[in-house]
Amino acid sequence: MPAPLIEMRGITKSFGAVKANEAVDLSVAPGEILGLLGENGAGKTTLMNVLFGAYAPDAGEILVQDRPVAINSSADALAAGIGMVHQHFHLAPRLSVLENLLIGIPGRSGRIDRAGGLARLAEIGRQHGLALDPDLPVSALSVGEQQRLEIVKALFRGARLLILDEPTAVLAPTEVDGLFSALRSMAAQGLGIIFISHKLNEVRALTHRCVVLRHGRVAGRVDTPASTISSEMARLMCGHEIVPPARGPSTPGPAVLTLDGISTSHHSGMALRDVSLSVRGGEILGIAGVSGNGQRALAGVISGVRAPDAGRMTIAGKAVSRFSPSAVQALGLGRIPEDRMTTGLVTNLPLADSMVLPRIGTVAFSRNGLLRQDAIRTFAEAQIKAYDIRCPGPMTRAGALSGGNLQKALLARELAFDPKVLIVSQPTRGLDIGAARFIHEKFLDMRAKGCGIIVIGEDLEELLMLCDRIAVMYEGRIVGTLNSADASVARLGLMMTGAEA
Amino acid sequence: MSVVLEQIFQVGFLAAIIRIATPLAFATLGEMFSERAGVLNLGIEGIMLLSAMTGFTAASLSGSLWLGVLAAVLTGALMGAVHALFTVALGLSQHVCGIGVTLFSSGLAYFLYRLIFGQQSVPPNIKGFETLPIPILSGIPVLGPAVFNQFSLVYMAMLSIPLAAFVLYRTPWGLSVRMVGENPRAADSAGVSVIATRFQAVILGGALMGLAGAFLSMAQFNAFTFGVVSGRGWVAIALVVFGRWDPWRSAGAALLFAFVDALQLRMQASGLGHIPYEAFLMLPFIFTIVAMAVMSRNAVAPSALLKPFRREER
Repeated sequence: MPAPLIEMRGITKSFGAVKANEAVDLSVAPGEILGLLGENGAGKTTLMNVLFGAYAPDAGEILVQDRPVAINSSADALAAGIGMVHQHFHLAPRLSVLENLLIGIPGRSGRIDRAGGLARLAEIGRQHGLALDPDLPVSALSVGEQQRLEIVKALFRGARLLILDEPTAVLAPTEVDGLFSALRSMAAQGLGIIFISHKLNEVRALTHRCVVLRHGRVAGRVDTPASTISSEMARLMCGHEIVPPARGPSTPGPAVLTLDGISTSHHSGMALRDVSLSVRGGEILGIAGVSGNGQRALAGVISGVRAPDAGRMTIAGKAVSRFSPSAVQALGLGRIPEDRMTTGLVTNLPLADSMVLPRIGTVAFSRNGLLRQDAIRTFAEAQIKAYDIRCPGPMTRAGALSGGNLQKALLARELAFDPKVLIVSQPTRGLDIGAARFIHEKFLDMRAKGCGIIVIGEDLEELLMLCDRIAVMYEGRIVGTLNSADASVARLGLMMTGAEA
Repeated sequence: MSVVLEQIFQVGFLAAIIRIATPLAFATLGEMFSERAGVLNLGIEGIMLLSAMTGFTAASLSGSLWLGVLAAVLTGALMGAVHALFTVALGLSQHVCGIGVTLFSSGLAYFLYRLIFGQQSVPPNIKGFETLPIPILSGIPVLGPAVFNQFSLVYMAMLSIPLAAFVLYRTPWGLSVRMVGENPRAADSAGVSVIATRFQAVILGGALMGLAGAFLSMAQFNAFTFGVVSGRGWVAIALVVFGRWDPWRSAGAALLFAFVDALQLRMQASGLGHIPYEAFLMLPFIFTIVAMAVMSRNAVAPSALLKPFRREER
């Protein structure tokens, strides 16, 4: 057993009263890929931020090749040979690939060392199959390429240990394969890798060993992830058994939402090109696709935020003549937007206000131009109770709630009005297994009650579990629709790259 | 109209453009460095005024113009540091702090000037910089006397443009400045100190604003009056946008503004006397507004402009 590349001993870090990490031990050997598994809020990111110098630990020590080191800044971490690929990339979109690589690198005789940078970039590209065009601005790169640039950036700085924080969350299934083979090549050449994820199948496929965190502590260690069953690892993560909700047979009614030849302009992001689909009552339709292939425009049109240039849409049999959020809502559409914090609710206002915001002008909540504060508060209190939203009360600032509780609040505010159609984007992104499970069950309840649901998502396993049919979007078009029974991750993944069904 | 056209193509007119452009070029480059690092410096107007005052005072007390320039540069750098202290170290609102710096610097300039020189019926003046013809080059017809028979500070301004471009685009420090102005988190995770880089850029910017002030009180007017800056700082802020945060374009914007300003001066002096002179005074500013409206549609500011950086924020 070679000496560990890096070792963390007894790391404890608190934020106020919350212990984000408590007595965590962890080590990585050269050539080893270590999985760091845990739910949201389990302390994975905090632990890695301690290792990368963003936070100082309250207790514990870090050893690099058996010598204790103090890591107080990312500069210290880089000097110790630790590189990190953050979940949100740390790149300047308007600067070139090379400039993003050379930031913080001393120049030659006072100038940026362009020639040296180009040579290193080419060398790293050859070694691990990570080629990049040095003079392109970062904004011209795909998400996968930007991630590649982040990895190259770490290697460029001589990292011997690479931390990847949920790297697959932004990738298409085919891109994941490319990432994994690059990581395996790096490990084969003696680098250590910490792979953070909450996706069990990925950890099992890639890592040599894995550490499971729960509530900031090490809940378990798995020495043979590939041959350990997923349910066992899930139990370590959550502390109890997780049984996926069963989707029973349904008897879909008539179509509650139809789109016929919808196209939009290229004004912002990917446009829609001749999109037709329909959802029946009591049916869940999934929309799969790599992010940026028109999902946002589709959600925008259906929820009335954005008017199409061509095509027709009907809700519950009535044609939509005016595209505005209140018009489609009046026809029976409920909407849970993709970004809870920016388009979902107003983070600086009380939760109660956000919960009635879409219907603030209706008789339920206002009279003679004045708000009915009592009605608003009663409504919010009832929903908080019904959905077990954990918060001090309806007047809590919405932004203070955790992601799972926010999502419950958004769900509550739509479902309270019995929508005929519900459109949701990324319903469980950033939620832990327990909260996700709750959301899934609610969807299935609504389905049983005859509501038509559209789920836009990137997590194919979630879509397969939840949906009756799955449509795949690519470059603004729907390339095909499969019944869940005929679909598989592999098949959907292929379609997401534009291949016909 | 022919009178006006005649005036334009005179050596004196070209020389005037360059003279008017010089303080604007310094100020614009100074503001550009600051904004490129993500810090808007609305203190520019006051920093120029205070530097003009300290430069003038140092020169008149010591008898050395270059000592005066040094005093002005140090004043600018110091006020830059004050602005950076509030906006970078403490992360306060850049708008509010910038206006505060302008009000404070202007007040301080008036106060100290009164304290040192008292109230005099004829404001004191100094023997300012004299033109320094460059051998051979100044002999070129038209261009020579217009461009190469100027104050040494004018030559400094001319050299500072390519120098600024070199520093910004070709040196590691310049890359750090651009990176902290675009994505400070990226710079931070690459081991670059965002706080230090921003401080340096704002201080350098302040020093350049100080040079602009020095030029006004020691080369252009040879005296300090309360109207010595009269809005040139605000104009520089517009010129940075007009120049799309690029040294060459910003200097070009300063030249263009100076052209319109020199033109309106000539028009005032020429036979168009039946039009009130205030109408001409407005021209450069109307030009600025129109140019901004047309050109700044495509201008993209540094992404992190106005955004303070705090490390442990998630």
